[in-house]
Amino acid sequence: MVHDNEGSAAASDGGNTPIDKRDTSPPPAKIESDTAIDETVPAVRDLQQDFQVSATSQSGVSSTIHAEEPRPPLPARSGNLDLLQEGNYSPSGSLQRSRKPVRPQLQSTATTALSRTDINTLSYQDGSRDTYAASAETTPLSKPVGLFGSVKRFKGLGGSETGDSASVKSYVPTSETGGDVESLLGEVLSASQQSPAWKLLSTQYETPNPFDAADYEDDEATVEFYQEFDDIRQTDPDVGSEEQQLAQWQSKRKHFLILSSAGKPIYNRHGDDNLISGYIGIIQTIISFYEGADDQLGGFTAAGTRFVIMSQGPLYLVAISKLGENDAQLRVQLEALYMQILSTLTLPTLTHLFANRASTDLRRPLQGTEPLLSALADTFTRGSPPTLLSALECLKIRKSQRQVINDTLLRTKCDTLLYGLIVASGRLVSVVRPRKHSLHPSDLQLIFNMLFEARGVKAGGGENWIPLCLPGFNKNGYLYMYVSFVSASEGEGGGSSDDCNESGKPEEIAILLISAKKESFYDLRKMRDAVVEQLDKNGSMSIIKAAVRRGRPTATDIIPGTVLRHFLYKSKGNVQFTMPSYEPHFTTMLARRRLLSLYHTLHASVHAKNAHLKVHHCISRESISLAWVTPLFELYCVAGPHASRNALAHSANKVVQWVRREEERVFIIGGAIF
Amino acid sequence: MTSRVSTGTRPGARFAQFKLVLLGESAVGKSSLVLRFVKDQFDDYRESTIGAAFLTQTISLDDTTTVKFEIWDTAGQERYKSLAPMYYRNANCAVVVYDITQASSLDKAKAWVKELQRQANENIIIALAGNKADLVAEHPDKRAITTSDAEAYAREAGLLFFETSAKTAENVRELFTAIARKLPLEQAGARNMRSNPRQGVDLRPEAPGTQGGGACNC
Repeated sequence: MVHDNEGSAAASDGGNTPIDKRDTSPPPAKIESDTAIDETVPAVRDLQQDFQVSATSQSGVSSTIHAEEPRPPLPARSGNLDLLQEGNYSPSGSLQRSRKPVRPQLQSTATTALSRTDINTLSYQDGSRDTYAASAETTPLSKPVGLFGSVKRFKGLGGSETGDSASVKSYVPTSETGGDVESLLGEVLSASQQSPAWKLLSTQYETPNPFDAADYEDDEATVEFYQEFDDIRQTDPDVGSEEQQLAQWQSKRKHFLILSSAGKPIYNRHGDDNLISGYIGIIQTIISFYEGADDQLGGFTAAGTRFVIMSQGPLYLVAISKLGENDAQLRVQLEALYMQILSTLTLPTLTHLFANRASTDLRRPLQGTEPLLSALADTFTRGSPPTLLSALECLKIRKSQRQVINDTLLRTKCDTLLYGLIVASGRLVSVVRPRKHSLHPSDLQLIFNMLFEARGVKAGGGENWIPLCLPGFNKNGYLYMYVSFVSASEGEGGGSSDDCNESGKPEEIAILLISAKKESFYDLRKMRDAVVEQLDKNGSMSIIKAAVRRGRPTATDIIPGTVLRHFLYKSKGNVQFTMPSYEPHFTTMLARRRLLSLYHTLHASVHAKNAHLKVHHCISRESISLAWVTPLFELYCVAGPHASRNALAHSANKVVQWVRREEERVFIIGGAIF
Repeated sequence: MTSRVSTGTRPGARFAQFKLVLLGESAVGKSSLVLRFVKDQFDDYRESTIGAAFLTQTISLDDTTTVKFEIWDTAGQERYKSLAPMYYRNANCAVVVYDITQASSLDKAKAWVKELQRQANENIIIALAGNKADLVAEHPDKRAITTSDAEAYAREAGLLFFETSAKTAENVRELFTAIARKLPLEQAGARNMRSNPRQGVDLRPEAPGTQGGGACNC
């Protein structure tokens, strides 16, 4: 039976690429050994078919793969198969999944588990739910193939023995296969993973091991990245000042441009209109050339810079990046910017504006929201786990404590309330929502960006009443959001606080109450007063404040003595993720960007179209890392360069065990529903 | 104008609460005025207000009279225009702000005054504030609207008038104090309570800050 599955999977792949990977990549083992193997097989097959469907429906980019002749299925390696089954598929369990139609088109707007009434827990027995979530997850990511990683891999596997690193990358060291892996690695270790982003950022280092280095602040070359967010200065009207400005503009690692299809600039992260009007014209010409030929341009590469274009109705959104994200990842970022515009205007207004006049200048209606767009853009440039994973992070507190907070929200709820949230520095504490309505991660990302990244709302120092459209909820109309901040510092004191979080911002707890009625400010305000009073009374407020001040635990707090320096764990079913503190290894912006670049590379590899990669192991000069994807979760771990693969795999298992143990603390499961 | 001597000499403490709304073109400094008044802070690089902010500040007019302002600081962008009536509907007073270095901002202010006089409470007290006086103090040529022009308009329209600077705090407190003195302390509570028990003005015989405690039980 197991063998059958391998065969069908290989046949449906139209090539042996992913199979090779699977065969040679025993996942960290023995995690799911309590589940029966037989049950998993149908689910696996279904998953394979889903992959196939989504893969063939995609166009272009990876045409080399389709050109390859299908190879006969490889014989399964007995040594790996049981591991494969256990590690990758057994959690998804049973046949139940088939009851639920797979709806890949939903996946780009996946709702959080917060919104999914039927998900009570990340249950290992609940096959349908888990697999459903998994299939939703794979579809969007399989769209464009990454520049690096996937393509490279296909090349290597497609029939040459070039010793491409990719075929090795997928090894997970385990004690069983350790010896075998060793010999293979020996040949290609030097050709270790070097993504463009990684190389680019590596050039900013002089120390041999950037992940170890702590003193790169003084490194002259690194200053460049620190200037990424500086304004392009309007220098004196000297001769050549424009060239200087252009040079500054070009030195930026990342740009976002938004223009109308008529070529009017709407938003650009760096530089003013005059400075870049030439580029806007060129971009518009290139895009409309392809549009005229009815062949939309998705992206192109020029001089190591990736251009990705997204066309949304009357808008063109362009991401220009030297940071090495792949197209899918950049598209997620452009999508978020577009959502921000919708959030300001709503879709009907946007459409109406351009229907009336194609040459509409959208800057005016969007006036005042540039800081929101820039806050998003800068978040993406710095690197953002929530965006990469399309998931939310929660504040870790005990289940019973969260229950008390949920109950408090439910008890104080007023009639006009739609959603109620308590958020601490971008981490969700509690949610209350109607049974019928879900909350979308992309909507929450916009809200969190507005409250915690942009300064406008918080700097006001008062309570706020904000009309906004949540496109995931309903892109056609406004909701009204009551916001008030509670300082997380000890004792009283409104806005200001001395203790700051990892990004140097004061810790704030926000109470968000959202209603569809624009007159309900006073109702919600009364509710807020009641919520805060009760949370104070039942001790929840001090629990939240303490948890916020405590910050995230470090990797070694979670797993004593671990080699891991950082990890990201995403629970697919809950659409939430958890991670340890960036301390002590990734305290600077540059170190963090390098870490996030590594995560982007791992993410791109395991989500590359046609690469049914489940485990991806990567060794480089600076680190060894592991990506591990199952229908239930995605795990990305990074350890120092001297760590052994066994230790890495061991720690990865420990992380999974930890999350399972702490599941109801690190994730919000269900939430409060009325 | 601010030198008016208080004549309120009733025995016992009086506490009145009034709703105030700030209106005006975007980037004239509405939020900065409020932040100066409420927190005595100023921020050189302020991002636009999104939606509207709600703040409160209490001032003492004399030994026995305390006035609490509930302030709606609205965003100046066009797209929020349709929400404005919600904020000024039950307002007892309004501050219409313009930027003395931007001629067009006074036109916008005049339009707001007109709308208020037509649509808002008929007894609403309106103050006109020409903000960013500090810019003109440094560079007199930056001034786009003369004091006398604005003053003449204010007199004609029956408005209180101040040139203010949120940055230097010039005339900020004076502005709000003048408004408080002009408000009908005696009848305000009763009238507003009748017409609007929930959102209106609230006259309470207690000291400021001691209210609350009534949990919402909806």
